[in-house]
Amino acid sequence: MSSAANLLLAPKADDSMVGTHFMSGDHACAEGAIYAGCRFFAGYPITPATEIAEHLAERLPALGGQYIQMEDEIASVAAILGASVAGAKSMTATSGPGFSLMMENLGLGIMMEVPTVIVNVQRGGPSTGLPTSVGQQDMMQARFGSHGDFTSIALSPQSPQEAFDLTVHAFNVAEKLRTPVLLMMDEVVGHMHERVIVPPPGQIPIRSRTRPTVPPAEYRPYKPGPDLVPPMALAGDGYAVRFTSLTHNELGQAVTTYEVQKVLVPRLRDKVLKNREVYERVELYKTEGATTLIVSYGITARSARRAVDLGRAKGHRIGMLRLLSVWPFPAARLLGLKQIRRIVVAEVNMGQVVLEVERLVSGSCPVIHVGTPGGLVPLPETILDACLSKAGGKA
Amino acid sequence: MTATTEPLLKDSGHKGPNGSSSVLHHPYDHLLRAEALPHIWCPGCGIGTAIGALVYGFEHASIPQEKRVIVSGIGCSSRIVYYAKTDAYHTTHGRAIPFATGLKLSNPALCVVVFAGDGDLFAIGGNHFIHAARRNIDLLVVCINNFNYGMTGGQSGPTTPPGALSTTTPYGNPELPFNLPDLASAAGATYVARWTTLDVRRLRMAFAEVLTRRGFRFLEVLAPCPVSFGKTNKIGSGAEEMEYYRALEVLKSRIESTNLIGSEIELGKPIVVGKFVDRTRETFGERYARVAAKAAEAGA
Repeated sequence: MSSAANLLLAPKADDSMVGTHFMSGDHACAEGAIYAGCRFFAGYPITPATEIAEHLAERLPALGGQYIQMEDEIASVAAILGASVAGAKSMTATSGPGFSLMMENLGLGIMMEVPTVIVNVQRGGPSTGLPTSVGQQDMMQARFGSHGDFTSIALSPQSPQEAFDLTVHAFNVAEKLRTPVLLMMDEVVGHMHERVIVPPPGQIPIRSRTRPTVPPAEYRPYKPGPDLVPPMALAGDGYAVRFTSLTHNELGQAVTTYEVQKVLVPRLRDKVLKNREVYERVELYKTEGATTLIVSYGITARSARRAVDLGRAKGHRIGMLRLLSVWPFPAARLLGLKQIRRIVVAEVNMGQVVLEVERLVSGSCPVIHVGTPGGLVPLPETILDACLSKAGGKA
Repeated sequence: MTATTEPLLKDSGHKGPNGSSSVLHHPYDHLLRAEALPHIWCPGCGIGTAIGALVYGFEHASIPQEKRVIVSGIGCSSRIVYYAKTDAYHTTHGRAIPFATGLKLSNPALCVVVFAGDGDLFAIGGNHFIHAARRNIDLLVVCINNFNYGMTGGQSGPTTPPGALSTTTPYGNPELPFNLPDLASAAGATYVARWTTLDVRRLRMAFAEVLTRRGFRFLEVLAPCPVSFGKTNKIGSGAEEMEYYRALEVLKSRIESTNLIGSEIELGKPIVVGKFVDRTRETFGERYARVAAKAAEAGA
């Protein structure tokens, strides 16, 4: 290798975009990745996520980064995981059909504990469905889509600015918890243009994974620290690491027994569930005094915000719990709102996150779903009607 | 290249309790994970021979140990990661090549070897193979070809000879197999060779040579699978499958036709072995460096 520094592994902060822009959510996501230090992108073209790849194909080479267009989305996730074990911050972006193909190696990333970011700009499905129209139909796939038991982290932005902010956050969470993070955007947020402010380097703290400090002979690649996250040696660090998709012990040896499984799999869950402060983000909008609560996320939350305002203007006690992090569901934030008597869950699907809300409130108050089968964001009036109607159960 | 022959076992210098006998250590002990032994492979299996040859190649090509990376998929040969003392990644079935692609592109200083089986690389992973070859990613891909899926108990695959028996071709294989060297060459590989685990010396020399080359390089290693493929097809034990190779393998250099690349493998028919391709093509990394220079110039 040449003596020149590898800018993929040791990225230089880029200040060329600092300032205020009129920018799409897709481009804002790409810029957020660059801000976070991502210098490796592997992907496959798909509407409505293609603009993320296009923007990074243009931006990364001049930053010493690497864009590569793979043969499919299976290969894309494999490549970003490979890049990450070498030390690069990496990302891919797709939509529903590609997300389905990514489920295989999402599981690999979780099992091997490889930080990376997977973006899904959701469109309507099933199958090829509505390539150019909105959906939020992959939320349960984000939670349960790969085989086996796992606990995923999924974030959902409502605007291009938030696409930028949550992409930076996604990288920080991935690095801190040594796991893939899912950024669940939607077609409207991906394609809409709004004001996006790119802050100067350093304004948002950037996190990098913890590396081992022990000598190689003492290193155990899957021995967790106090936060349940094992320090990560990189390929070429001299640690002769062994990362595997099989059930493994702290040394990375494949041991396919119940005794090892019962230690590993609960730890992979607990390192996510017991570190909620690392990723959990919600917005409480006018929940003070509210007895009816709208739960929403992504583009639908903007419609729900309007519903809250319309209802409040008429004297109704309505508020919103907006989920910036959808998975793991911020249960304590929901259940902490003791005065709520009625919940409306608004999302662009036939009923996904609502199932988790129903499970959590366990019949203690009516939970009403406002959704569409894709292609249309629920209108504010429709959401407000659900807040005010006397009906219980699903709308 | 110089053909060096080393004693397999070296006197470690350690004296036994009575002061007279000495403990023998394998010269590659420090390159393997001795604590992981015994290995999982069946008696007569050829995978261990191939790993020995790979380690020999690393040493003779002077690849520093901390720069060696092995990426594998799923199957018998992919278990190499538990025994070779390198950075090692045991990934998903068929996906070793794209994983290795990301790894190599992120740190070009590493020597990245994909080591996997015929089913992994050419059935579920076939698309990744041809695209990595087309792009000319700087990787060595080693295929342990034992003509069947060994780990799952002997099913047919993309290299199973026509008519051969397996647990999923109980009346004989109706499919036609890939000629892997021809496929690799057509897809753009810069180095293509096929050897058997009978030819330990040639195999070691091939590893030593291929690790000094650049670009997408492919080494097919025909390996006995006596417990599964050999038994089912009445080839016999590992030694008898070696004898099968000895009787049927034909060196490419002994054949008149100079443009021959591998051969279709059929039961009882000659198997052409040798080095078929050794050429230079600009790698993806080299081409991308030019793109990056252009981008920097454009002030992008």
